[in-house]
Amino acid sequence: MTAAASPSAAAPAGPTENAVELVGVTYGYDSHRPVLRGIDMTIPRGRVVAIMGGSGCGKTTILRLIGGQLHPQAGRVLVGGQSVPDLDREALYAMRRRIGMLFQFGALFTDLTVFENIAFTLREHTNLPDELIRDLVLMKLNAVGLRGTAQLRPAELSGGMARRVALARAIALDPMLVLYDEPFAGLDPISLGVVGKLIRELNDALGITSVVVTHDVYESLKIVDYLYFVSEGRIIAQGTPQEVHASPDPFVRQFVDGASDGPVPFHYPAPPYAEELAVHAR
Amino acid sequence: MPAEAVFNGLRRVGAGAINAVSRLGFAARFFAVVLIHSPAALRRTRLTLREIYFAGVLSLVIIMVSGLFVGMVLGLQGYDTLNKYGAGDSLGIFVGLSLVRELGPVVAGLLFASRAGSAITAEIGLMKTTEQLAAMEMMAVDPLARIVAPRFWGGVISMPLLAALFSVMGVFGAYLVGVRLIGLDNGAFWGNMRAAIDFWPDVTNGIVKSVVFGIAVSLIAVFEGYDAMPTAEGVSSATTRTVVEASLAILALDFILTVFMFRGMGG
Repeated sequence: MTAAASPSAAAPAGPTENAVELVGVTYGYDSHRPVLRGIDMTIPRGRVVAIMGGSGCGKTTILRLIGGQLHPQAGRVLVGGQSVPDLDREALYAMRRRIGMLFQFGALFTDLTVFENIAFTLREHTNLPDELIRDLVLMKLNAVGLRGTAQLRPAELSGGMARRVALARAIALDPMLVLYDEPFAGLDPISLGVVGKLIRELNDALGITSVVVTHDVYESLKIVDYLYFVSEGRIIAQGTPQEVHASPDPFVRQFVDGASDGPVPFHYPAPPYAEELAVHAR
Repeated sequence: MPAEAVFNGLRRVGAGAINAVSRLGFAARFFAVVLIHSPAALRRTRLTLREIYFAGVLSLVIIMVSGLFVGMVLGLQGYDTLNKYGAGDSLGIFVGLSLVRELGPVVAGLLFASRAGSAITAEIGLMKTTEQLAAMEMMAVDPLARIVAPRFWGGVISMPLLAALFSVMGVFGAYLVGVRLIGLDNGAFWGNMRAAIDFWPDVTNGIVKSVVFGIAVSLIAVFEGYDAMPTAEGVSSATTRTVVEASLAILALDFILTVFMFRGMGG
């Protein structure tokens, strides 16, 4: 569990080309408060890599940088060897057609049925006949175990089912990379296990690369090949699940054990308590 | 201390002005981008027809009922006043001109802003809040082309049709009151109206107004939805802003257009 470790070294044998690379990436929503400070990250093809950290540490910002929704203020973001910030609109959209993204609460189109949600990208980006689109949609739904929900509306689905439908939508165009933004948030234990299993199985079966942004440490350790821990905009630890389990790093320990105090303090910075309460020595 | 308060006040006014100008600039760029995407959106007729249904067809009830009642009230009030001067037979002219030139486009525009404009803003704002627009972007589908442009054109196409329907229902309401209830001569009511109202300029001016109002209301509605803060409060404020801004825009544009139309007619 060191900063020199790399996900490709730890992962099983396979193609060595990197699906995603972040080199010295710095980003802030305003100039005074950088959210990310010099992030270096390598995500080889075919791996499931988790980016973990507390709320507001910049995990989702990393996904937005990979997807080209944000541009780094410094550093490079490469997807499939292409520099994302340098892509023009057409090239960016061409790249996004090879990326699937699962949003935190699914982001299903509420005015469309489950079937039409999954058919959406197929209809937008291909000229496939309706019969073929129907078969493809049913295959994707079957892969997530929800073929029977095709004619339901998103409002009729449970949170876990909506997440699985969104996953089917994310893989509709057979992407090379799938980005998961908090896929386990707010799920019951059964749905959580199902979604975790699907992420791993779909990754291996379809030969894709998965980047999972999450703070669910136990579920992640079961399914990922490699983990990055982000805190205050920096990568402060990284390693395989085995290395994380064995790590003595105080931050990793606090995160894995769920301790309320540690390197991430319980108290938000504030003036001395006694001073605030106007308690004076007598 | 007073100097500091003055500076702070000036700073707030300045910040407000800069924000307003920058928002106006953003709205202008937004309009230009929507127009650029419009040909592609209009070619996908199913999308635009769907929005005409939501903005236009679903507004039919409120437009028709309001038109009928406005016409009936105009009939009663107009007859009462005209009859004092022995001109009760001119009720058809009075009601027809009022509705076609002015009340049809303006009242239909205000109702359209409240019914369809607010719905468009709320729908786009909620799509933004629930990350549906971001999801679309990540699927390499431009929300301005797929979501905004069809809604804009759905509103622009619906508005003149609704205004025309409002005027028709208004005239019918005045007919019910004037001819059926009060007992005016049927031939005089319709004959005077036909003789006094010309297609050019009366009807065309009304159509021009309703088209301009349709563009203004639809643009404000889609812009406010797209620019809404992605929170429940943000969507609520955006919806309110749509109704207020669209209503004020209709009234201001109505005055400006009327000035030009009267000058054009040599009035």
